[in-house]
Amino acid sequence: MDTTVTTGTAESVWSGGSKNKPLGASYGKMMMWFFIVSDALTFSGFIASYGFSRFKFADSWPIADEVFTHVPLFHGNYPMIYVAIMTFILIMSSVTMVLAVDAGHKLQKNRVVWYMFFTVIGGIIFLSSQAWEWATFIKGDFGAIETKGGRILQFVKADTGERAAIRDFATPLHEERVDHTNNKGVWFFGESTLPAYSVNEVVTGFKADSNILVRVENINEDGHKIVLTRDESLKRLAGSKYVVEGANLIHNEYGSRLFADFFFFITGFHGFHVFTGVLLNVIVFFNVIIGTYERRKHYEMVEKVGLYWHFVDLVWVFVFTFFYLV
Amino acid sequence: MAHEHKLAIFRGRLKFKDNIQKIWGVLIFLSLVTLVEVILGIYKPSILMKPLISAFEPGLLGSTMNFLLSPFIYLKPLNLIFIVLTLVKAYYIAWDFMHLRDEKKGFRRAIVWIPVFLISYIVFILLTEGSYIFDIYHSGFVKWNF
Repeated sequence: MDTTVTTGTAESVWSGGSKNKPLGASYGKMMMWFFIVSDALTFSGFIASYGFSRFKFADSWPIADEVFTHVPLFHGNYPMIYVAIMTFILIMSSVTMVLAVDAGHKLQKNRVVWYMFFTVIGGIIFLSSQAWEWATFIKGDFGAIETKGGRILQFVKADTGERAAIRDFATPLHEERVDHTNNKGVWFFGESTLPAYSVNEVVTGFKADSNILVRVENINEDGHKIVLTRDESLKRLAGSKYVVEGANLIHNEYGSRLFADFFFFITGFHGFHVFTGVLLNVIVFFNVIIGTYERRKHYEMVEKVGLYWHFVDLVWVFVFTFFYLV
Repeated sequence: MAHEHKLAIFRGRLKFKDNIQKIWGVLIFLSLVTLVEVILGIYKPSILMKPLISAFEPGLLGSTMNFLLSPFIYLKPLNLIFIVLTLVKAYYIAWDFMHLRDEKKGFRRAIVWIPVFLISYIVFILLTEGSYIFDIYHSGFVKWNF
């Protein structure tokens, strides 16, 4: 407050004046930093509660390498490759951002424009990759059976140990299944689309094909999911309740439903931040083009959105580790 | 941030000529770390899949040691490596891309130490609680696996 301070030197300290700034940073930049600190705490809350659930189900948590195995335009099993590419894209766009800040310090308008442009492009590529990743995750791979107790039973081929897809062994029985409607029940409001196969069809197909075994969620000492024998498999299948294809917030063919919930919440919250970052970058990009910061004689705004953009990258580094690697 | 940059990384062992060179240098370093992580993540060397030391017998000394050495007792070395490499990456993103290296010491500490303290605290609390519930599920009398 300029008016409450009497001495001339103290005045400039508290109003963040040019000579004697206590923290050597402008008000706007400091506030961006403190926002980032508080946002980092929000993300830590998410990731720590993910850790909580994971510790809680330490012996049955899905193995990320078996969940995220796809690369766009390629068939086959490539765990981690695509996420690594996404990480690299985000780090790359962080680099163009910091180059834009550097060019801003030297008041080189054209270089700032180009670097901001590349940053925005990197952000858009990352967002599209995430959308694709979500779509693949939601659509699912092999399908699974959910038991009455909410456990997930997956299927493997006995001879090769590879995963077996429900669509490959289920026997079509051409049963009539009437859609449940809300005039039939008191609390019932409708139902989502039915999976392609019924529990009955999967179990019949399982009985017909002796090469298929059930794989449960539990992990053995070597870190692999436990595969049951033929007899045990049939016993577990007796408790089947649903056929699950893909993942949503309620059912999840990959294993623990919390895995899908945290996947949607954490990567979704991060994706929302990336989207916001792209938006801010686009605004600053146009401001640079029309010369707003040229007239202001400094490009501090570029540095402020840059801080936010790097923060988004920083969060992804942690999400990458705790969701895909560990 | 003042317009001058500190151009040395790795505690002064690597000095760059100008800021742009430093940015590319840090990019190369971060990419190498990511590459190491991805390779380890795909191949998962079996020596890194078992914890280094087993837990001590409970008791005043044993429990204290279990607490102090918990990263080596309860974590697979592979996961420990991933977490350390992540913190290394986070350090270089914050220090060089976000220019924390060039900020005043007081400002930097205000930004870094507060979250570090609070996050360590919540992680400690939640993971302790999580493993407690795991034990309850594991050795309790309620059947949940049906």
